[in-house]
Amino acid sequence: MTQRQVLQVFEQYQKSRLHFVQTVADLATRPQNIDTLQNAGVMTLLRPLLLDAVPTIQQTAALALGRLANHSDDLAEAVVQGDILPQLVHSLASQNRFYKKAAAFVLRAVAKHSPGLALAVVDCGGVDALVLSLEEFDPGVKEAAAWALGYIARHNEQLSQCVVEAGAIPLLVLCLQEPEMALKRISASAISDISKHTTDLAHSVVDSGAIAHLAQMILNPDAKLKRHVLSALSQISKHSVGLAELVVEAEVFPAALACLRDSDDYVRKNVTTLIREVVKHTPELAQFIVNCGGMAAVVDYLGDSSGNVRLPGIMMLGYVAAHTENLAMAVIVAKGVPQLALCLSEEREDHMKAAVAWAIGQIGRHTPEHARAVATANLLPALLQLYLDANSSEDLQVKCKKALKSVLQKCTHLPALEPLLYEAPSNILKHVVCQFSKVLPHDSKARRLFVTSGGLKKMQEMEAEPGSALQEYIIVINNCYPEEIVRYYSPGYSEVLLERAEKFLPE
Amino acid sequence: MAGMLKMRSKIENVEKEYFRRNRLAEENRCAENRAATQIQSWFRACKVRAYLRHLHKKATIIQKIWRGFVARARLRQMVKAAYFIMKMNFYEEMAVRIQRSWRGFYVRKYVHNYYVRKRYLEGLAIKNEQVRKSLDEIEDFQKRERAWLKMTREQAVKTHQARQLHYLLSTKTCPGVFNSPYRPAPHEMELLLRRTKPQPPTRLSPRHRPCPPGQASSPPGASGAHWIKGMEPCCSPSHRLPPISSKKPQGPFREPEEVWRQRLRAPEFSLRLQTPYTLLEEARQEPWRQVDAWSLPDTPFLPFAKAHQRSRKYERLLHSSASTHPLSYGTKHFREEDTHRLKEQQPFQTVFNTCHVFEKFGRLYSKAGNIV
Repeated sequence: MTQRQVLQVFEQYQKSRLHFVQTVADLATRPQNIDTLQNAGVMTLLRPLLLDAVPTIQQTAALALGRLANHSDDLAEAVVQGDILPQLVHSLASQNRFYKKAAAFVLRAVAKHSPGLALAVVDCGGVDALVLSLEEFDPGVKEAAAWALGYIARHNEQLSQCVVEAGAIPLLVLCLQEPEMALKRISASAISDISKHTTDLAHSVVDSGAIAHLAQMILNPDAKLKRHVLSALSQISKHSVGLAELVVEAEVFPAALACLRDSDDYVRKNVTTLIREVVKHTPELAQFIVNCGGMAAVVDYLGDSSGNVRLPGIMMLGYVAAHTENLAMAVIVAKGVPQLALCLSEEREDHMKAAVAWAIGQIGRHTPEHARAVATANLLPALLQLYLDANSSEDLQVKCKKALKSVLQKCTHLPALEPLLYEAPSNILKHVVCQFSKVLPHDSKARRLFVTSGGLKKMQEMEAEPGSALQEYIIVINNCYPEEIVRYYSPGYSEVLLERAEKFLPE
Repeated sequence: MAGMLKMRSKIENVEKEYFRRNRLAEENRCAENRAATQIQSWFRACKVRAYLRHLHKKATIIQKIWRGFVARARLRQMVKAAYFIMKMNFYEEMAVRIQRSWRGFYVRKYVHNYYVRKRYLEGLAIKNEQVRKSLDEIEDFQKRERAWLKMTREQAVKTHQARQLHYLLSTKTCPGVFNSPYRPAPHEMELLLRRTKPQPPTRLSPRHRPCPPGQASSPPGASGAHWIKGMEPCCSPSHRLPPISSKKPQGPFREPEEVWRQRLRAPEFSLRLQTPYTLLEEARQEPWRQVDAWSLPDTPFLPFAKAHQRSRKYERLLHSSASTHPLSYGTKHFREEDTHRLKEQQPFQTVFNTCHVFEKFGRLYSKAGNIV
């Protein structure tokens, strides 16, 4: 036995370990192999390899673990149960950058599944270690760490509070300023995940000066970066007036509108969400957006897109219109109402229709002028139909009813109200007839039209309970006409006339 | 004497007559008495009636005078009241006129001016059109830019391919693959091959190859790329560093071991990294680690890394938090709400009396207040 032969054994052992780990890592990329691997006890075998003397084997073992944990909840659970995390966290501080990247990948894969698993990562000090590796020079490590932090912070308020307390935000903001596009994307997304939970978290993000950096990147040509940046801005501004004002003060606004014509669907959606979040706070902010032409841009966006991505745009119109009548008029001037009518007819899903109905209600509830705009777009019969449709969901029905009620109470455009007389159920009919009873006493042309179009006849056929509001309105309308006309149109008048003809005796 | 006798003879007659008359008188006395009483009662009644009539007349006079007095007083009251009402109506009408014009003025000036609103909405429509147009331009520009990028990329791929296939170029004696003699004109590739030069042998990996000419230049019309002032993409493509010359380095080198040691040296930690954050725990766990390095940890982990700091509330920066909030929707008002602030002030003193026009009431002014 020579020395060479002895060493050869070790060399072979090392080679076969490496081969094993690499094969497992390769196999773990395919989802169909996972079950077999798990049954073969891959976890117990990989764990000692994490502590291997050879760095390549360590890294590859970590990579394989990460892929396994990434695949399913159970495997991630198994990683936590197997007490692998403390090792990883421990080595995250001391090993080289490749290993760090792989370890951060494992932590991310574990934390991604559920708040409980993310909590396990936090418990073993993973957040602090990840924050430390954010200080690393290598952009790949930073990216992996930021990604893992973002996945941890995504779940709930406490977890993201942990991330904030570990001092991640200033480092994430530094990462935003790095030249690497991927790192920028990931850190923007992590910032978005952190700030989405509470006002305080969003404030801590803002305090570290993130808005200025985010605002700079709005016109970046990279679409994915824009997605994350815009989502971060919208998550920040959704919490309070002060934060929304800070976002607006960063001069996001005329520039962000350009993103509404981006080729990427999600960029457009996120811009619209940002506009919605800013607009919903105060009339002043809404006025600002309207004045810089945001309304027309959003209305155009509604025309260009279809499906779920329309939702923030529709809600934005509703929020703007809800503030004041002037803003609602601005929605009408930007041709928002025909666009909403189009959305109502095109969209198939109930929640979208409900949002459209809500927005229409907000637009039409201010003055007769607004209600007229809604009525001339032929929206009232459409809303009524949705309200009466048995297939529509309860929420949609409630929203439709509210919208109809609020628009009808202001509407004085009688030609649009007439069709409702024939179709509406009694609880809606009450409001329709009420509007007629308000207008008819003062408008002779309308009175004439009301008779010739058969409205009066329909009114006489209605069965109103004595003493109800409907009865009162009918009486008010009847009082606008001579008695003969009312009698002529009341049902059964022909029989009365014939009876009189029988009783009449010629002299 | 004879007379005497005559008289004597007559005495008897007289006596008879006397008694007869007495009797008659006695007989009639009762009736006469009654008659006299009746006459007297009638007369007295007449007298009393006349007196009563007199009294009635006087009473009527008194009543007439009194009633006239009272009625006149009442009338005066009524007229006064009517005049007062008329005056109040007039005042109110005038007040309405003043309030109407004042409110109109005030509302138009400070609250809601219809024409301003109309102008605003018209301006908004114009602004919307402008925004639509500029967004269309931007979209158009972006589309062109994308098409241009795609084209240049394809061009580069083609050129690369042509370079690699350059050996297929036809020569004078032997036509190449792309220059079939059966074709009327050579293939497009052949023309490309003629135009390109063969790729020089290079050691650089394809990632480090300098980018083809034309890719570095900006697309046509890119000068208008930054359509919104002050918002330029922050990461412009930085200039590439000149390639490191591949000349063989010369000179005295350090020992290979030293170089290796330097290369394998652990990186210098930053200040935070110099003392590991797990220092305390590690020191505490050191003896246990000796005993059983990889046993399950006995102590359960605390729910959070910094559980003791959980109750601390986050304090916002002063400059990023707004202390003033706008009034919530629907609570705007035009009248002064804090009336107590006005309480201390002296009320207005009336220096002049109100107008004296109405002292000659009913004569100069009709009910509506117009001058007759």
